[in-house]
Amino acid sequence: MRIVVTVKQVPDTAEVRIDEERGTLIREGIPSILNPFDEYALEEAMRWRDELGGTVTVMSMGPPQAEAVLREAVSMGADEAILLSDRAFAGADTWATSHTLAKAVEKMGDVDIVMTGKQAIDGDTAQTGPSIAASLDWPQITFVGFVRELNQDSIIAERYVEGGCEVIRSSLPVLITLLKDANTPRLPSLRGKMKSRKIDIPVWGREDLELPENEVGLDGSPTRVVKITTPEIISNGEMHHGEPEELAKLLVDALLGREAE
Amino acid sequence: MASIEVRKETCVGCGECVPACPFGAISMEDELAVISDECTLCGACESSCSYGAIIIRTGEAGETEIDQYSGIMVIAEQRDGVVDHSTLELLGEARRLAEVDGSSVSVVLLTENAGDWPAELISYGADTVYFAEDTQLKHFRTEPFSRITEKLIIEKKPAVVLAAATTTGRDLMPRIAKILNTGLTADCTELAIDAENGGLLQTRPAFGGNILATIVCSDTRPQMATVRPRVMKAMDPDENRSGKSEKMNLSPGDLESRTEILEFNPLDEGEVDITEAEVIVSGGRGLKSPENFALLQELADLLDGSIGASRAAVDAGWIQYPHQVGQTGKTVQPKTYIACGISGAVQHRVGMQSSDRILAINKDETAPIFEFSDAGFVGDLFDIIPFVIKEIKRRRK
Ligand SMILES: Cc1cc2nc3c(=O)[nH]c(=O)nc-3n(C[C@H](O)[C@H](O)[C@H](O)COP(=O)(O)OP(=O)(O)OC[C@H]3O[C@@H](n4cnc5c(N)ncnc54)[C@H](O)[C@@H]3O)c2cc1C
Ligand SMILES: Nc1ncnc2c1ncn2[C@@H]1O[C@H](COP(=O)(O)O)[C@@H](O)[C@H]1O
Repeated sequence: MRIVVTVKQVPDTAEVRIDEERGTLIREGIPSILNPFDEYALEEAMRWRDELGGTVTVMSMGPPQAEAVLREAVSMGADEAILLSDRAFAGADTWATSHTLAKAVEKMGDVDIVMTGKQAIDGDTAQTGPSIAASLDWPQITFVGFVRELNQDSIIAERYVEGGCEVIRSSLPVLITLLKDANTPRLPSLRGKMKSRKIDIPVWGREDLELPENEVGLDGSPTRVVKITTPEIISNGEMHHGEPEELAKLLVDALLGREAE
Repeated sequence: MASIEVRKETCVGCGECVPACPFGAISMEDELAVISDECTLCGACESSCSYGAIIIRTGEAGETEIDQYSGIMVIAEQRDGVVDHSTLELLGEARRLAEVDGSSVSVVLLTENAGDWPAELISYGADTVYFAEDTQLKHFRTEPFSRITEKLIIEKKPAVVLAAATTTGRDLMPRIAKILNTGLTADCTELAIDAENGGLLQTRPAFGGNILATIVCSDTRPQMATVRPRVMKAMDPDENRSGKSEKMNLSPGDLESRTEILEFNPLDEGEVDITEAEVIVSGGRGLKSPENFALLQELADLLDGSIGASRAAVDAGWIQYPHQVGQTGKTVQPKTYIACGISGAVQHRVGMQSSDRILAINKDETAPIFEFSDAGFVGDLFDIIPFVIKEIKRRRK
């Protein structure tokens, strides 16, 4: 079983602060982390590799420093890592990102499954996975909370949707996107840590992937961000202080209306 | 530049496209259609293929090509034949946008049996309803739904395509946008028409709700967006609105799928879907233990409401994930949201800020939750809530 897991390096959004005056993000000093959702994709891939044999390749598109998340994934147990990095990739939206990642999966050849996180916590788009599947012309199962069965020909997975859970079977090759809590990601092992220090991570650029300039990065991105603002905080609320019993009466007034008295 | 592509996995090698090409540019090699340089991108093969395996990409559309696109197309969502409320919200929003430049609103409904829905959708704001009926369209499945919708978009050329940012919309739209080589903006909370160029301004929270980004798709069409449910308003249905409905013809290949739904397991009874609740009593880290959620439950029961929670309470294991409200939980828009012992972190706020009314109980008067509450009660929830319960019972007697 040959499994690819796409992983992204993201700023820890819990730490993101806003420059109140300019309304922009202060990104300096914000730690970069492996996108939390991708840990579940990685764990799921490793769980099945451990059962069926095969390899797990982690792949990331990003600046040279994105190598750090690939090494982290190797320390957790991934077998190989590939970094897609090129100045021409900068500014990619989900169209260009998925296009580039899909080309790299094609270049690898003979991949059975691609697993991605449901979403990246910086953009929160959840679009990259399905777009990779579209580029590869593969079927997809999104929002997977549990993989029930996997063999050389097919997969059965639980897909969580509004109001319930669909159990879906698909032929392989297939792309799936993983929800948080699909499993419990393992911690880096000592052996993994040693391996992650030594492993050679190939870097593939635009020319390695035989992609024209207008299909990557900013040039290959149909969307543009034109404005960034900070959410307006609407505070028109009245504040009530006082004894609990008094506060409770005011709260019930608000709930039921005073006329109910 | 426009280009043509044969989708390798979808092409079955039937050869139907070979005679369809007026230029003799298609041949079969290893049961796969291969297109030579003779191709003029006329599109005859694209419509001859019953499997949707041939795609002509418009590439970077020039000004004139963009001008060929007009109107707003809404992708309807249904479960068991009932159209989802989010579709009605999209129609309301589409109508509002269409008023700006006088464009028209269409809606696509793929279902087992359309019943009275076409007329209903018109009353909610559609000018045209395109619908397809087949038993195999009873449940959403990625491939047939995307293939049929792609073909319709290529034919009708809407300038804007909207779907709800539900698990369905977020599965379907990225696939379509990639195939049609156009941009897609996820989970928008605000849409507007740019007065200067008529383009769609798509605004969405990013970085965990810390910022709002406005995104445009200026050079390709259609401009596609998924829209967060329960943010836009549906219009009041007007039975006198006129519109037309058109049944789509399907070819057998349209319904092909490599995935199959084996089972559907609805949420357990009692495991209420909080997105449907009119009143939500929500608890955070201030609740301190799982047992204390019983106190909230008692209040919620009195108000016919449901229980919500912050991530801190869910992570602590006090209550299950389906109750989580926020960025990584559900987005809710009840009539009343009562936040108890919740600080109001931005990731929580994005999931509940469009509630009609927010009431907050917190013992810290500087808690951010008070900055966006309609009424704040500063005090200990364990002292206040029992009195609230007592008071409601007393008044109801
Ligand atoms: C990527 C990411 C995604 C996230 N997604 C979500 C999400 O979907 N939903 C979500 O909720 N959070 C989410 N978070 C977490 C979020 O940042 C906050 O950590 C979380 O919302 C805090 O929960 P809380 O308000 O219950 O806890 P706290 O922030 O600890 O607040 C507890 C509050 O209770 C008050 N309190 C304590 N005791 C009492 C009492 N006896 N009476 C009255 N008041 C009392 C305190 O004054 C305090 O204000 C996310 C974070 C990240 C990084
Ligand atoms: N630059 C990238 N490199 C590798 N994987 C990515 C990248 N961007 C997104 N992904 C994958 O796509 C998923 C969804 O990301 P997004 O569409 O940005 O929310 C992530 O969880 C990753 O698995």
